[in-house]
Amino acid sequence: MQLRLEKRSQPSQLLRVVTPIAAVLLTMVLGAIVFTLLGYDGVGAVREIFISPLVNSYKWQDLAVKAAPLIIIAVGLAISYRANVWNIGAEGQYIIGAVVGTGVGLATNSMTGWWIMPLMMLAGAAGGAAYAAVPAFLRVRFRVNEILTTLMLTYVSVYVLNYLVFGPWKSPTSMGQPQTVMFSADQSLPYIIPGTIVQLNAPIAIVVALVAWLVFSRFVFGFQIRVVGAAPHAARYGGFSADRTVWLALLISGGLAGFAGVLEAMGPFGRLVPQFPTNYGFTAIIVAFLGRLHPIGVILAGLIVALSFVGGEMAQISIKLPFAAVGIFQAMMLFLLLASDLLVRYRLRVVRPGEVPA
Amino acid sequence: MTDMPARLALRGITKRFPGVLANDNVSFEVKPGEIHALLGENGAGKSTLVKMIYGIMQPDAGEIFWNGERVTVANPKAARKLGVGMVFQHFSLFEAMTVLENIALGMDSKIPARELESKIRDVMDQYGLKLDPQRIVADLSVGERQRIEIVRALLLNPSLLIMDEPTSVLTPQEVDQLFVVLRQLAKEGCSILYISHKLHEIKALCETATILRGGRLVDTCDPRVETSRSMAEKMIGGNLKTIQKPAGRAFGAEKLVVKRLSMAGSGHFGIPLRDISLSVRAGEIFGIAGVAGNGQNALLLALSGEEPVSDAAAITIDGQPVGDLNAKRRRLKGLASVPEERNGHAAVPDFTLSDNAVLTARDRLGLAVRGLIRPGAAKKYAGDVISTFAVKATGSEAAAGSLSGGNLQKYIMGREILQKPTVLVVSQPTWGVDAGAAAAIHQAIVDLAATGSAVVVISQDLDELLGLCDTLAVINEGRLSKSMKVSEADIDEIGLLMGGIHGETEAAHAA
Repeated sequence: MQLRLEKRSQPSQLLRVVTPIAAVLLTMVLGAIVFTLLGYDGVGAVREIFISPLVNSYKWQDLAVKAAPLIIIAVGLAISYRANVWNIGAEGQYIIGAVVGTGVGLATNSMTGWWIMPLMMLAGAAGGAAYAAVPAFLRVRFRVNEILTTLMLTYVSVYVLNYLVFGPWKSPTSMGQPQTVMFSADQSLPYIIPGTIVQLNAPIAIVVALVAWLVFSRFVFGFQIRVVGAAPHAARYGGFSADRTVWLALLISGGLAGFAGVLEAMGPFGRLVPQFPTNYGFTAIIVAFLGRLHPIGVILAGLIVALSFVGGEMAQISIKLPFAAVGIFQAMMLFLLLASDLLVRYRLRVVRPGEVPA
Repeated sequence: MTDMPARLALRGITKRFPGVLANDNVSFEVKPGEIHALLGENGAGKSTLVKMIYGIMQPDAGEIFWNGERVTVANPKAARKLGVGMVFQHFSLFEAMTVLENIALGMDSKIPARELESKIRDVMDQYGLKLDPQRIVADLSVGERQRIEIVRALLLNPSLLIMDEPTSVLTPQEVDQLFVVLRQLAKEGCSILYISHKLHEIKALCETATILRGGRLVDTCDPRVETSRSMAEKMIGGNLKTIQKPAGRAFGAEKLVVKRLSMAGSGHFGIPLRDISLSVRAGEIFGIAGVAGNGQNALLLALSGEEPVSDAAAITIDGQPVGDLNAKRRRLKGLASVPEERNGHAAVPDFTLSDNAVLTARDRLGLAVRGLIRPGAAKKYAGDVISTFAVKATGSEAAAGSLSGGNLQKYIMGREILQKPTVLVVSQPTWGVDAGAAAAIHQAIVDLAATGSAVVVISQDLDELLGLCDTLAVINEGRLSKSMKVSEADIDEIGLLMGGIHGETEAAHAA
C-alpha cells in the first residue's frame, strides 16, 4: 500500500475554506498535547486561550482592541502578497507611521480643531508608505529582494523610535521616563461604545477590509494585483506593468501599516513609548495567510489571532503559562495552515500495488 | 523469418493519470528491422506509451515482451541494457560542454575519453553522421544536437530505437538526412519505433503504423497504401475539415509595417532581433517560418508590445507609430496578439474564463469602465466566445486551467478575434492542439483575414504555414528573410533559409 499525491484539475474551493478552520482546530489538539508533555495543564491552556475569552463577555472588548491593528495591517499585506511582493517589514512601517503621526501630534498638541485627528492619520499612513517606498525603489531600480530590505528596515525603525522618545521628543514632565507628552483630547481616538475600551479604530478596521474587498473584486487595480501575482507573463501580455505593481503593493501595504501604527498611538497608547512595538506587524503576516489573503478572511483571522493574545494573557494568570506560549500557538497555526494548503491543490489517494486505480 | 518472435510486443498496456486514461489496453508488436510508426494526436497517449517501454514509467496493467520473453523494464538503465535506445523530443545536453563530454556523461559505464572518441567516430562514419566531437554544443544547430542524441543511442548497439517526434525541430534537408540513417539502421536489423503526427513522413518512411486515439489503439495499417487523409481521419476519429479559403483574394492597404526593428536578446540565451522588416496588408496572412529558438519569442514580444522598443516608428499600425507603446496601448490601436504559451502567458490558469476575458478585452470592449470592472459584460463576452468558437467548457466561470489545450486555445483565439483587431499576431496557433481544434483555429484565422484584418502567424510547422498563409518569410538567428508568395515558394529554398548558415555549411560538407 502506498500514498500518492495527485494534482487536482481545479483547486478545491471547499478546502480553501475548510483548511484554515482545520488548522485552528488541529493547533488546539497539538497544543494541548505539547503543553501536557511540557508539564503544564495542556487542555486547560487550550481552554483558557481559545475558549475563555469567548465565553466571558467582558473580554470581547479586548478582542476588538487587539484585532483592529492586526486586521488593518493584514489587509495591506494580503494585497501585497497577492501580487507576489513579500513585504515582511510591516512592523517597521507600523512604527514609522506612529512616529510620523506623533510628530504631527506634537506640533499640534496645544491646538484644537476637528482637523487634527485626520491630519495625524494621514501623516501616519504617509509615513508608513514612505518607509515602504525605500524597498520599492531598491527592488524596481536595482532588483534588490524586498524580503531582506523590508525586514532590515524594521530594526532601523526601532532605533528611530528609541532615539526620539529618549531624546528630542521626551516629555518635559515625564520625570525622566522615556515617553512623549500625552495626546490631547482632539488627538485621541474617541470611545465608540460607552463603558468599554473599544475605540474608533475597530470600525475603521472593518471599513478598511470592506473597501479592500471591493477593490479586489470589482476594480481593474485589484485585478492587476491578482494577475501580476498569479502569472507575471500574462500580466505583461495584458498590459500591466510589473514595476508599477511592486510600487503600488508596497506603498499600500506600508501605508496601511503606518495607518494602523498611528491609530494605535492615538488610541490604546495615548503617547509614544519605547514599548510601542508589540510585533503586530509580524503577527499580521499570520493573520494575512490565515485569512487566505482575502480581506473578509482577514477579519475572521484577525479575531482568532486576537483571541490567542487575550486568552494567552488570561492563561498567564490562571495557569501560569508563559506568554511565549502564545507565540508557539500562533506559529503552529501558520505552519499547519501552510502544510494543509497542499490539500487544496492535491488530493491524497491510497494506492495498492498491482491495482489499476479506477 | 516468420517464426522469429517480435522484437517488442505489448499486451494490454494500461496507464491511468488523474482524470484521464492515458493508455487503455494497448497491444501491438514491432518486428525486427521494422520501421514502425506510432501515430496519434497530441494527448493520444503516444509519449506515455514509449515512456513505459523505456522504463520511465510503469504500466498499471499489461505486459511487455522483449524477443518473446516477458520483461519488466524497471528504469531507463534496464531498458538500455535490453537494447532499447531512445532519442527524446527535448534534448538533454549541456550547452557549455563539447559533444564528446556530453556523450561521455550519458554513458552507463565509464569509457576512457580516447576510446570513446574513436567509437563515436566509427559510429558516425558507419552512418554518415557528420559531427565534430570536440565542438561546443552551444554552437551547434538543432539538427546537429539531435545527431549527438542519435550517436549516444547508437553507441549502445540498440536493437530498438525510439524516436519521439524527431523532425519537429529539423529543416526539410535535415529530415531527409535523418531518414537515410534510419533506413540504414533498419536494414541492419534494428527496429525503429517512430513517433509522429506528420503523415507524409510516415508514408515515406514506415512500413507499419499503429494509430492511437484517446489512449486506445484504433488501427494498425500499412501507411504506404493508406492516404494521408485516411490516416488523419483515423487519428482524429472523424472527417477532416479542409480550410475554406475564398479564391482570388485581393489585399488592401498596408496595415502592419515593421521597419528595421532590432531588439537586444533578453536572458542568457535570448536571441536578439536584427533589422527585421515586413509589411502585411489588409486581408493578408503572413507566415513566419523557422526552426525553434531563432528569435520567434522575441519577435512576438516585440510585436505584441510586451517588450516595447525605443524607436516608435519601427512598428506602425495603419501608419501610426506604435513601437514604444505597451501591449495595452497597442490593443487600443487595434493590434491583438496570442503568444505560444497558453498557461500563464495568454491566459491565467487559476482565473475564470470571464476574468481571462478582462485580461485583454477590458479596454476595447468596455469590460472595464473608469477602473471599475463590469462582471456582467465580462461574463457575456466570455459566453459569446465560448458559443461562437464551440469551446468545450462548463461556462464562463470555469477556470481556464480546467480546459483541455485545444479548447483553451480556441477560447484565447476567439477572445482576440471577436475584438475585431486590425492586426492579429499569433505564435504557434495550433501547438499541442488536437486536429479538430486546429482546423477550427485555421478557419477562424482565414475568416478574420477575409474581413480585412492583417494576420501574422509565427509557426515552426512549415506545413501549417504553407496551407494557411499567402506570404511567407523565414526567421533565422534573429534575422528575417525577404518575403515570398506561398504560391511561388520553393520548399528547398525555404529549408535552406531555415537552416541559415548551418544549412549552407552542411550542404558544402555533403558536396
